[in-house]
Amino acid sequence: MLNGSATRRVFLALPLALGVALTGLAGQGQAADMESLHFLIPGGAGGGWDGTARGTGEALTKAGIVGKASYENMSGGGGGKAIAHLIETAKKQQSTLMVNSTPIVIRSLQKVFPQSFRDLTPIAGTIGDYASFVVNTESDIKDFADLVARYKADPKSVAIGGGSVAGGMDHIVTALVMKAAGAQPTKVKYIPYDAGGKAMAGLLSKEIQALSTGYGEAAELAKQGQVRILCVTAAERLKDAPDVPTCKEEGADAQFVNWRGFFGAPGLSDAQKQAFVGALEKMYATPEWETVRARNGWVNIFNPDDKFVAFLEDQEKVIGDLMKELGFL
Amino acid sequence: MLEGILTGLQTAASPLNILMVAVGCFVGTFIGMLPGLGPISAIALMIPITYGFDPATGLILMAGVYYGAIFGGSTSSILINAPGVAGTVATAFDGYPMARRGEAGKALAIAAYSSFSGGTIAAVFLLIAAPSLAVVSLAFQSADYFALMVLGLTAVAAFAGKGNITKALLMTVLGLMLSTVGTDAALGMQRFTLGSLDLIDGISFLLLAMATFALSEALMSVLKPKSDDDRKREMEAQQNLGSMKVSGEEVKEMAPVVGRSSVLGFFVGVLPGAGATIASFLAYGMEQRLAGPKKGAEFGKGSIRGLSAPETANNAACSGSFVPLLTLGIPGSGTTAIMLGALISYGIQPGPRLFVDNPSVFWAVIISMYIGNVILLILNLPLIPYIARILAIPSTILIPMILFFSLIGVYFVSFNTFDIHLMVIFAVAAVGLRLLDFPMAPMLLGFILGGMMEDNLRRALSINDDSWSFLWARPLTLSILAIAVLILIVPMLTPQMKRLKALVYDRAAEGG
Repeated sequence: MLNGSATRRVFLALPLALGVALTGLAGQGQAADMESLHFLIPGGAGGGWDGTARGTGEALTKAGIVGKASYENMSGGGGGKAIAHLIETAKKQQSTLMVNSTPIVIRSLQKVFPQSFRDLTPIAGTIGDYASFVVNTESDIKDFADLVARYKADPKSVAIGGGSVAGGMDHIVTALVMKAAGAQPTKVKYIPYDAGGKAMAGLLSKEIQALSTGYGEAAELAKQGQVRILCVTAAERLKDAPDVPTCKEEGADAQFVNWRGFFGAPGLSDAQKQAFVGALEKMYATPEWETVRARNGWVNIFNPDDKFVAFLEDQEKVIGDLMKELGFL
Repeated sequence: MLEGILTGLQTAASPLNILMVAVGCFVGTFIGMLPGLGPISAIALMIPITYGFDPATGLILMAGVYYGAIFGGSTSSILINAPGVAGTVATAFDGYPMARRGEAGKALAIAAYSSFSGGTIAAVFLLIAAPSLAVVSLAFQSADYFALMVLGLTAVAAFAGKGNITKALLMTVLGLMLSTVGTDAALGMQRFTLGSLDLIDGISFLLLAMATFALSEALMSVLKPKSDDDRKREMEAQQNLGSMKVSGEEVKEMAPVVGRSSVLGFFVGVLPGAGATIASFLAYGMEQRLAGPKKGAEFGKGSIRGLSAPETANNAACSGSFVPLLTLGIPGSGTTAIMLGALISYGIQPGPRLFVDNPSVFWAVIISMYIGNVILLILNLPLIPYIARILAIPSTILIPMILFFSLIGVYFVSFNTFDIHLMVIFAVAAVGLRLLDFPMAPMLLGFILGGMMEDNLRRALSINDDSWSFLWARPLTLSILAIAVLILIVPMLTPQMKRLKALVYDRAAEGG
């Protein structure tokens, strides 16, 4: 109820065993590349971050890339508590990876916590989901251009819902794409729901005209003919959905990916950083990772090291400018 | 359809699957009993274990765990006043007073029968009407949900009957106020966080429930030492602790309550934005009013009806929540969100086509719920006398245990020490308020409903461009609000009506 952002994508990222949380997971690791790895999870057991860290750890240990993985949940302050902890105890955290996602950029801009990704050592973005705009199949909004046209004519006539709070990710993506389409981003009539599923129910009950949501959450309902996906925020059409246009094709040259990835302690040596990157890179080709990935419906989007830093800087700038324009900063 | 049901039955009734559901019920009951661990964590725990199982077997195991965890949650509410899940708060209202009276076994038995009946009746509804009920779950918009929360809040009146109307209302307002702490959903503003990082996400239900119910209760029993007389009476009461005897008269009293609460609970459960908690409060409020002034006054003091109604509705709503999940692919609650994940991991995608493309799975899921329910009853009834004996543990051991499990339960969800500090503060405040005779239940009711009520109100307002016209724009909204108003006004008017009637009657008598 109050903890909306933490629970919203639960059904994409399946939480793993709570019980394992208390013990850590031991693997065999005869010829492991890395002896041990510690995951710091800035949220409670069962959330999206938790599932990502434990799933990654499971694949790494089972594939024999990492000898032993342990996990530590530390929730509080929208992730700020774990970030502060990682910085304070950096010297002892040489083999620690902290999981995080797009909100680290948004929340640090909002000054929810004083640090940003710059105070840590970005390792890699590992999985992600593109954003999408969705309407009810019965809606008379034909395509994305039609949605934009209606919005331009009367912004109040299109209520666009999302599964995060006002000023949160779904709202920002909507404003981002509307701006790219040449419309006024500040006038978006954004309707927040406390979870993606409830937002979808709102769309189907016809109280809102469109929904801003992760592609993964909309894909199956679209296949079953309940909703229509107007566009996705990827650079190219997705292999899964060749019929769904990108927002760029529809006249809104904006890209957005909601990533999840890992950060090391500040001041990590280059050798250690490369070891982390190498271990994660090696993981993608293993059947163990494929099992975990398929089980959770995740999309591989590998974005390592310098590329990750450049990506984060770009995302921060785009979102930061937009949030200023929207009056959220 | 019959063929599908039979295939489902055949699959579910194999020895391996029966064993699985039994194991599931057993494990689920124990997980559910621990405060902080409810159906969500119990099922999450099962997903990696069942990976690689045959889908039907895996689902059946999970159904067992699901029902087991719900039942286990009621157990801790009844025995130690520790509702670990919002859906079992109303169970504690009358279940705990019953256990205090020495009727723990009976209370647990009533809870088990009610859960079973609610779950079973709802599973039958699901069996015959699931595909056609999808429409119902999409009929409700934010405005209607707001009206529904207002209706739910009228259940507070049940606690005002003890001559403490002002105190009950004050506590409700306190609950509403506490629900506003944290990030505001409509504007993304931080409210009343006092600059603390730890309050950004608001106060968790579990923390507040454990602090004000379980912890404060345990502390109260330390503060108010029992006199020798009390102790003697308690010893006597404990003789019957494990007794599950329910008289024929009581069964007769419960039957209509169970019937009504099943129907109400199921339909509330079908709504993706409502769920088991609202269902249990609505059923509690409804039965209190239908019970009449004499029986109604027993509510909150260990009424059988007051225990049976929310337990039935809670379970019926859990089954009802499978309607939007299976027919639309929409998870309305945390538990069904996890279930959706579990189904997807078996390659089963719920939605309107599941019933057409994959009827055997569709029926296997429903049948497995039914079987889970039956096995739970068979398995748990013989255990009740032993579970109830927990209360026979000397309080010098029991109280520290309650303190320990409440604190640990909250800590293991968030892993944040701040939560422990906050719990202690709330528990001490609750003890103070209770010594002054302020009831805790309306506060928790206000807290749970307040958050949802505000969210839906703000949403309805922004959709309607800040116009309040949504309150009467749709017949559905207007009807629900009208019921809420009637519920509040009718009891106030009854004495006047009586006086009026008497007056008319007297006149008529004089005239005649």
